[in-house]
Amino acid sequence: MNAPVIIDRDGLNRLISVLVGMGFQVVGPTVRDEAIVYEPLDSIKDLPEGFTDEQDGGIYRLKKRTDKALFGYSVGPHSWKKFLHPPERRLWGAEADGSDFEIKPEKLESPKFAFLGVRACEMHAIAIQDKVFINGKYVDPVYQVRRENAFFIAVNCGQAGGTCFCVSMNTGPNIEEGFDLALTEILDEDHHHFVVEVGSQQGANCLAQLTHRQARSEEVEAAKNIVAQTAQQMGRTLNTTDIKELLYENLEHPRWDEIAERCLSCANCTMVCPTCFCSTVEDVTDITGMHAERWQKWDSCFTMDFTYLHGGEVRASTKSRYRQWLTHKLASWQDQFGSSGCVGCGRCITWCPPAIDFTEEVLQIRDSATQLSEPT
Amino acid sequence: MSQISKPKLAVWKFASCDGCQLSLLDCEDDLLAVSQEIEIAHFPEASRAVMKGPYDLSLVEGSITTPHDAERIHKIRRSSKYLITIGACATAGGIQALRNFKDVNEFISIVYATPSFIDTLQKSTPISDHIKVDFELRGCPIDKGQLIEVICAFLKGRKPNTPAHSTCIECKRRGTVCVMVAQGKMCMGPVTHAGCGALCPSYNRGCYGCFGPQETTNTGSLSAQLKKMGANDDEIVRTFRGFNAYAEPFRRESELHDKKNN
Ligand code: SF4
Ligand code: SF4
Ligand code: SF4
Ligand code: SF4
Repeated sequence: MNAPVIIDRDGLNRLISVLVGMGFQVVGPTVRDEAIVYEPLDSIKDLPEGFTDEQDGGIYRLKKRTDKALFGYSVGPHSWKKFLHPPERRLWGAEADGSDFEIKPEKLESPKFAFLGVRACEMHAIAIQDKVFINGKYVDPVYQVRRENAFFIAVNCGQAGGTCFCVSMNTGPNIEEGFDLALTEILDEDHHHFVVEVGSQQGANCLAQLTHRQARSEEVEAAKNIVAQTAQQMGRTLNTTDIKELLYENLEHPRWDEIAERCLSCANCTMVCPTCFCSTVEDVTDITGMHAERWQKWDSCFTMDFTYLHGGEVRASTKSRYRQWLTHKLASWQDQFGSSGCVGCGRCITWCPPAIDFTEEVLQIRDSATQLSEPT
Repeated sequence: MSQISKPKLAVWKFASCDGCQLSLLDCEDDLLAVSQEIEIAHFPEASRAVMKGPYDLSLVEGSITTPHDAERIHKIRRSSKYLITIGACATAGGIQALRNFKDVNEFISIVYATPSFIDTLQKSTPISDHIKVDFELRGCPIDKGQLIEVICAFLKGRKPNTPAHSTCIECKRRGTVCVMVAQGKMCMGPVTHAGCGALCPSYNRGCYGCFGPQETTNTGSLSAQLKKMGANDDEIVRTFRGFNAYAEPFRRESELHDKKNN
């Protein structure tokens, strides 16, 4: 669209007020309880200035940086799905009057979110959830209205986290599409500013209300270099060659039993995954029985109820549940939605209490599978 | 609904602190609604007016610790159409089940001036070890929202919504940052039955396991992780020996780390 421009910290702060003025609720990264989470922001003062994170399997540590970077960290425990696909919501209520009952549809609220600080992997995760919730035969109206109203300020990653592997999944770290504005943070001894790319008319309109100038070619170049450097720092890698076939051919691999010894069936991986979309419904009545409600809540393939049919669970063993999760993400998702279900954000590795590493498990299966098939 | 057709509710107490019964009194407005639908026929904690059985619904709090109680629970079962146990004492033996890991006669001789007055059992056991229980509601104490849900479900003849999955799911749904991953604190959430809404992690504490084991516990893997985080065997024993110490998976795990057994 337009040529890249430069805004400074004040410009970014002003962008937040401009968006608020346009009726958006701005949400983005902020520090809470020893982590960087996504919550409502009033100004750039709420951003995690001077913070970064160290991540590894089962470990996340918030650390101080030596500079004043506003986006100097990778993704944390929250993802934007908590705004687009809320963890708990009422679907409808019903009132009985003695002989009959009446359904009370839930009023469709239409909040306008401006997401500040969306990373490349997260843009891809949202595109994947779009396929699930709005591009198929059955449309989720709550997701749809939130998604259509949303304003995206993406951020190119200035560094990769210890569990990131977007390069392997072809989902980052470079922001490619879907954004209204995309920022690259440039911070050196003399400057602290943002190279801004414009991705939509609404983005251009916002930008017009901020002090900005055209970016010089060396500034655009510097921004590109930052992302290229990030691509070199991936904490994890995953070889995706023929991954679907690899997993389908190894459904009885002994590694699954070994994983089951460590897996807690706690479901943290599915809760933090930005593409996992499963939910359950709960019907509740009050004491009088005259009022009922149906609630939708995030669910997980790690619970027993998830596959409960009359008479028992289809996936009763932890082995079968972990295998379902991993093969769905990397293999059957391709059959179901035409893409991988994993964007390489690394959350499932970091937030798994016993540090089960998705990439390591695939590697183990690949290595021993090759050994099995190679003639000796 | 006319007076006559109201189902009769009884609340019974065994070895316990009364906290779970109090959850029912604590229901306030909801309790009023409950009393519109159910005849509160036997609830000494709330009213001295006691109606004779049989009862349609019995809520049983507390564990079995004396020969007298071991008898009494059978009588209650006989006079109850539907019997629900409430709380960690009734469903797992409670904190008093810590004695199950020691010799109770030793305690008696140390604590009481005249040990011969004490007539107690070696172990504190859950109600379900003695009689058939129709439904177990977990927690120390139980969650009053869940209690109302269970009563509503009973009244309407449906299954209560009390999911048996991990506490972590509730923790993540409310957006709490995991204290185990982000702060290296010991947390029982991954092996603990949901129900409290993951209260403790939301106050920056690890889960204490008040709701007992979740549906598919892997206590061994949690212990291995706690060790990696620096916990020693004694700490692991104490972590699993809380209000649900005698619940089977927690009991087994603590015994594996108890030097006395190794
Ligand atoms: S996976 Fe890639 S895009 Fe996502 S946070 Fe890490 S470096 Fe950034
Ligand atoms: S499977 Fe793991 S790495 Fe892949 S998108 Fe989900 S949380 Fe991120
Ligand atoms: S893989 Fe990890 S996070 Fe997922 S259910 Fe197993 S132990 Fe929990
Ligand atoms: S804080 Fe505890 S309950 Fe919450 S996700 Fe972490 S391990 Fe689970």
